[in-house]
Amino acid sequence: MTHQGEVLLAVNGLQTYFHTDDGVVKSVDGVTFHIKKGETLAVVGESGSGKSVTSLSIMRLIPMPPGKIEGGEILFTGKDGVQKNLVTLPEAEMRRIRGNDISMIFQEPMTSLNPVYTVGDQIGEAVMLHQGKSKREALEVATEMLRLVGIPAPEKRVHEYPHQMSGGMRQRVMIAMALSCNPALLIADEPTTALDVTIQAQILDLMRKLQQEIGMSILFITHNLGVVAEMADRVVVMYGGRVVEEGDVVEIFKAPRHPYTMGLLNSIPRAGDAAHVPGQPKQRLEAIPGNVPNPLQLPPGCPFEPRCKFAIEACSEAVPPLFDTGGGHVSRCIRWQEFEQAQHEVNA
Amino acid sequence: MTRTVITTDPGDVSVAAQTPAVAAAPQTAETLLEVNNLQKYFPIRGGLFSRVVGNVKAVNDVSFKLGRGEVVGLVGESGSGKTTAGRAILRLIEPTGGQVIFNGTDITRLSKAQMRDYRREMQIIFQDPFASLNPRMTVADIIGEAMQIHNLHPGKERLERIAELLSKVGLRPEHMRRYPHEFSGGQRQRIGIARALAVNPSFIVADEPVSALDVSIQAQVVNLLQDLQEELGLTVLFIAHDLAVVEYICDRIIVMYLGRVMEIAPSRELNTNPKHPYTEALLSAAPVPDPTVKRQRIILEGDIPSPINPPSGCVFRTRCRYAIDDCAKVVPELREVGPGHFKACIRDDIL
Repeated sequence: MTHQGEVLLAVNGLQTYFHTDDGVVKSVDGVTFHIKKGETLAVVGESGSGKSVTSLSIMRLIPMPPGKIEGGEILFTGKDGVQKNLVTLPEAEMRRIRGNDISMIFQEPMTSLNPVYTVGDQIGEAVMLHQGKSKREALEVATEMLRLVGIPAPEKRVHEYPHQMSGGMRQRVMIAMALSCNPALLIADEPTTALDVTIQAQILDLMRKLQQEIGMSILFITHNLGVVAEMADRVVVMYGGRVVEEGDVVEIFKAPRHPYTMGLLNSIPRAGDAAHVPGQPKQRLEAIPGNVPNPLQLPPGCPFEPRCKFAIEACSEAVPPLFDTGGGHVSRCIRWQEFEQAQHEVNA
Repeated sequence: MTRTVITTDPGDVSVAAQTPAVAAAPQTAETLLEVNNLQKYFPIRGGLFSRVVGNVKAVNDVSFKLGRGEVVGLVGESGSGKTTAGRAILRLIEPTGGQVIFNGTDITRLSKAQMRDYRREMQIIFQDPFASLNPRMTVADIIGEAMQIHNLHPGKERLERIAELLSKVGLRPEHMRRYPHEFSGGQRQRIGIARALAVNPSFIVADEPVSALDVSIQAQVVNLLQDLQEELGLTVLFIAHDLAVVEYICDRIIVMYLGRVMEIAPSRELNTNPKHPYTEALLSAAPVPDPTVKRQRIILEGDIPSPINPPSGCVFRTRCRYAIDDCAKVVPELREVGPGHFKACIRDDIL
């Protein structure tokens, strides 16, 4: 799917802090990753990991104050082929990028649509703004987009209001809106979390199909590892505002090199293989102990150290750097080599 | 706590009580809860005199049994009626029709005062740990409230009991003086569990107890529920939309769609050998956390129909890839197709 590995977006050392009454919350603290053309990158993390703040920083939608991008750069190559640093771009230019080069779909399809405008008006708005089309032309584009995302009778539906549609239908409208200007990058922030599994399957299927047709890159933010396995080419795992592991999707699932990723993979129930057999003791999930860290009181060393079963003294001394474990796979764990050895022994 | 029997009789099929599954089980199950033809309609009022112009048929003719000490999953998507069924069973909302027989007594016929004694036996754990705890009450007040109402553990004993419950759910006794906002989502859900256990119930409805929690916390709470269930011999109706979570904890699973039961089967049987097209689609829709598996999934067309005007005959037929003309004619009966395995589908030539 990748086009000669050309980098579309590169985030380097991004720092986004929130200045609250209780202190500075370093929601994103030195995050670095990139997305190639046509690629799907999944950013995985729990609440407070900084994954949503990262995506809002790319869109420059961080509420200022209290939030502020304190450091780092976000290099993006738009449709015009010019690389720009989105952190320092003037707001007027940023506005031309939003919805045109980069668009976003959100978790809550109900709250992210305007209830007093028809879906046609809302899809057409970006088309009129960015492509200078007339109202009538924009309505035609909106109808076409609704047809593309599989909404039946789009000529009729385009005049309806969000409340007349179901949750899955609204999420399709959100996708239609996001894709109406053929963006180079689509940021999907938990787009299926609020939906039922059968509707989730429809939406994921649709996103994959549209990506092949349009050739855009997708930054997929989620906490659902099943969705990651299904959608992603590469995975970035975040914890406590930092990237703790990054790698190819197959590598991450087969040979994780960070204890948090391992814990996450072990703690999810897998359909089928674990179902309880009557008369036998039930299987148990392997849980990660403790709680998600308070972003105001992050430990001095590795943010995962208090919950980590592999933690040693050195872990609490300093934040570990990212280690290159080979093949584009990186881990922020000082003991990563031991995991690799252990795996070799298991395999042997 | 010993493994209890799979009671599979869906209520109206009395012969099914003597199935081989029951006979082969290690102990004879005693039925604790029997739900017969449960209905819950929400009236829609309209017009000049607010007359009833229609009904939202949230739960329509649902029957099943729970053996003592059994953990049964109630699974379905939003709009399937699973939460409404759970609440109607506890009479937190009044059922429109049908029976709920708890320990031999039809509790739907009891007065409010009579019902109080049964409430001690039947408790609920709510989905949202943020909305279900009163922010103005301390943890001790929250857990102690039900004990006060039921006059259990009076005086100093009550605080001891609260401390004991807190340790049981993995919190510290000194937490009892704190307020809900001082806790994380997972800890709040533990408080909700302690509250449900405060009056020593024998039956608990767990209404999506882990759906609102972070992934790494979900496993903790699932394991805690599993430990407590085994230690206290609880009978649990575990409501969820995620089949993968329930199969870990449940002996049997009931699948609902649009207010009706589609299929009932032992957990493993349901997962490996689904007999109803809806269960098949539900299993196939769940994403598999393995990037090397690329499977052909069944994509259901469209959305769940309106419960105000459900399709005639089988309610699933409008989205079913196996639907034939006969499916529109009668509501399919829940019938036994294997040991302890029931389905509401007229077609036997599929799956």
